[in-house]
Amino acid sequence: MAQALKEWRGQEMALAVAVAAIIAVLSLLPMVRLVWEIVAPGGTFSLSAINAGLANPATLTATINTLVVGIGGTVVAVVAGTVVALVVALTDMRGRNAFVLCFVMPLMIAPQVTALAWLQLFGPASPFLKLIGMAPPLGSRNPLYSPEGIILLLGIQYAPLVFLLVRAGLRKLPRELVEAARAGGAGWFTVLRTVVLPLMTPSIVAAAALAFVSSVGNFGIPAFLGIPANYLVLPTLIYQRLAGGGPAVLGEVAFLSVLIGVIAMAGILAQEAMSRRRDYRISSTSLPADPYPLGRFRLPLEIAMWVLIAGILVLPLFGLMLTSLVPGHGIPLSSQTATLANYKFVLFEHAGSRRAFGNSMMLALGAAIFAVLAALPVAYLVAWGRQRWVRFANLMIELPYALPGVVLAIASLLLFLRPIPLTGIHIYNTVWIILYAYLARFLVLALRPTVSGYHQVDRALEEAAQVTGAGLFMRMRTVIFPLVAPAAMAGGLLIFMTALSELTVSALLWSSGSETIGVVMFSFEQGGDSKYAAALSIITVSITFGLMLATNMFARHLPNGVLPWRD
Amino acid sequence: MAGLTMRGVTKTFGDFDAVKDVTLEVADGEFLAVLGPSGCGKTTLLRLVAGFEGVTGGEIGIGERVVSNADGNVPPEKRRVGIVFQNYALWPHMTVAENVGYALKVAKVEKTEAKRKVDEALALVNLQGFGDRYPAKLSGGQRQRVALARCLVAAPSLVLFDEPLANLDVHLRASMEDEFAAFHKRTGTTIVYITHDQAEAMALADRIAVMDQGRLVQLDAPRKLYSEPATEMVASFIAQGIVLPAKVLSGEEGGHCRVSVLGQEAVVRCRPGEQPREAAKICCRAQDIEMAAAGEPGLDGTVIRAVYKGGSTRIEFAPAADPTVHLHFELPDPNPFQEGAQARIRIRSGWLIPSGAAA
Repeated sequence: MAQALKEWRGQEMALAVAVAAIIAVLSLLPMVRLVWEIVAPGGTFSLSAINAGLANPATLTATINTLVVGIGGTVVAVVAGTVVALVVALTDMRGRNAFVLCFVMPLMIAPQVTALAWLQLFGPASPFLKLIGMAPPLGSRNPLYSPEGIILLLGIQYAPLVFLLVRAGLRKLPRELVEAARAGGAGWFTVLRTVVLPLMTPSIVAAAALAFVSSVGNFGIPAFLGIPANYLVLPTLIYQRLAGGGPAVLGEVAFLSVLIGVIAMAGILAQEAMSRRRDYRISSTSLPADPYPLGRFRLPLEIAMWVLIAGILVLPLFGLMLTSLVPGHGIPLSSQTATLANYKFVLFEHAGSRRAFGNSMMLALGAAIFAVLAALPVAYLVAWGRQRWVRFANLMIELPYALPGVVLAIASLLLFLRPIPLTGIHIYNTVWIILYAYLARFLVLALRPTVSGYHQVDRALEEAAQVTGAGLFMRMRTVIFPLVAPAAMAGGLLIFMTALSELTVSALLWSSGSETIGVVMFSFEQGGDSKYAAALSIITVSITFGLMLATNMFARHLPNGVLPWRD
Repeated sequence: MAGLTMRGVTKTFGDFDAVKDVTLEVADGEFLAVLGPSGCGKTTLLRLVAGFEGVTGGEIGIGERVVSNADGNVPPEKRRVGIVFQNYALWPHMTVAENVGYALKVAKVEKTEAKRKVDEALALVNLQGFGDRYPAKLSGGQRQRVALARCLVAAPSLVLFDEPLANLDVHLRASMEDEFAAFHKRTGTTIVYITHDQAEAMALADRIAVMDQGRLVQLDAPRKLYSEPATEMVASFIAQGIVLPAKVLSGEEGGHCRVSVLGQEAVVRCRPGEQPREAAKICCRAQDIEMAAAGEPGLDGTVIRAVYKGGSTRIEFAPAADPTVHLHFELPDPNPFQEGAQARIRIRSGWLIPSGAAA
């Protein structure tokens, strides 16, 4: 009889092995390779790389700068994202769908595009300012070339990230909790302060951690705004070193990236500690609270919200569009001179640019689909598993995203410079090495929302299936996945949009034939062809926007919350 | 169908014993209620039986099969146990019919056969025609019935109810109680029913297991639990029994003995073989207390509260001999007492709570 107790739980084992394998290949492997490069460059143990890094005064300056813009950007993003999420979720503001669609847009615009757009908007050569006759005199300094500029753009870039997570949390807020507080005599702001915000703490803290990690690792914005002002953060310092020193500085660069890793990990650990302090789980699920009537404040608030959109989205994109229509540098834009030649060039005439569209689409789709499929089982163990190694595993998955893309790119290079052992397959200089880096880098974007999704699902739903005799895989397929899929798919969508015009990773891993949109855009800009870069940017933004609208048409057939920008 | 056996079952979380050395046996087809205040370990007990938790020590058997001991744990999906959850745990993304038919899908029952069984189960809980609805569109009582039908369809060997009526209003409770009783009668399934509501437990169960701080304190038929509580905790927990300090004056004789309580002598029921002892406790029920006329032997004291109950009044009474002790009883209309009035009462009967060792 005792034998019956020691049943082989094959499905549980298979799940654990699969999750462990995913983590080992995508996270442990590149990390180990990277650390190996620091402590034992060339195969023998040595601290020379670390010593060289510490001795360099630029390291300290860049670290401080990284913290300044990282924390500043996070604060701006959290405040803006949370306030907007509260307004959208809890009030009777009109035109929410359109507003959310617009507000989430900056997230889907690559950082370098954002930077380019804002620079085009405010610079002395701005076609827009020229159009309205407010252009500063030529030669004057662009105000965005400053830490404040970087913080502002990081905040704008990642406010939608905060918004999405807080919004998803608010969606799950049962109306009874709000109504109970209001019945207790609490006014709207008291409810907000004592019930809504405390319950949203896990969402807000998670969002803050994500915004911090993203800000610290951001390359595009400090590269465009900081380098001209000689304000270097760690990612741009790494890029400059590598560009200037080549493989000889790999060790030093690896040290710098580990430094960023440490900073980002501190943010993640702070999040873990904070969300463990109390149990914020919402056990019941019910309808969301009735929207709060704004009364006579409705119209002013709506106007304020749309002015915000105009400021952070419409104007910069408008400036970018104007640049994309300019026939040549310095030629003033008018209805006579405006041309579509730039678009024609990047779409049909430039071979690399044409290939890049196919590559980026494939990479973004592949990364998104894989991440969703992987996040569902991984998050199952992270959220509900009792195994001790799972917490460690969770941290391991955070790591590749916490590290700037540059670092993961270097780790991938180190890993795949030679053919994969035993198989002889050589993915260096192909599009597959970029895909590998994307998978490793973006998995966490799907994992985080999926884990929150699990936390908010009542586990009795799984247990109810379990007692009917359903094995693990059956439960996952029929009960767990359908309930958690919205969260995971929201993550997948984020990945697609991020990967489509990704630059930092692909800039170091691309080769002829495996260009990405980001790389082509970057090389146009470097070559002084802002008009082509702007045209490419406008095209990617249009594709993303078109996709968002297209998926909106099918929203009726999707469960609630699958499309983050739909209210 | 199968009975349930627990032998010395202990479950420890960290250094906290959620369930401590519980031994009980539920006969095949029996309806056992597990009753206790919140935090007494009854939910952990249920999760141990279901297999969601492994035991720290002891052994659990369902039917002839050992399902848990310190060495291992048969997973829940292999136990053929049904659970009706407190919050129903209906899958929100499935229709009522899909919820109910899930177990059949798992067991790969052929489609038309499965549909027939689902319809049958829905008919049994009076939900014909609800198959295509989603749980969100149902009322609390309907959801509970769907949960019951879902459990029914799987024909489990043992059904666990986890406070299934806690979220329902009083009227619905009464009708769901009838429904559960009918369910038990119809299926003859062994049922373990977790609740903190003793009225529910009394109404439904063949036997009731009272738990306190992880321990099983008494396991008896409802009537016996009420009339012969084994401990002070059971005495005061069940039907608000009044526990009074007493001194046993005489040994047991014909199931009774004489005691001195609050300075008065009274005859109470007791276990066989009780001997005179100090520091004993007796349990009185409201109906064991009656008014005494002036001049008759009795307890003088003050009426602290008089609450009209419709047809009768509930009197709370503090005896002069020890005002910290409160007794309560009911008087039929008309009630002669106001709050603060002096009164004299008599303890007509009671139950001598066995000493700790005997329990």
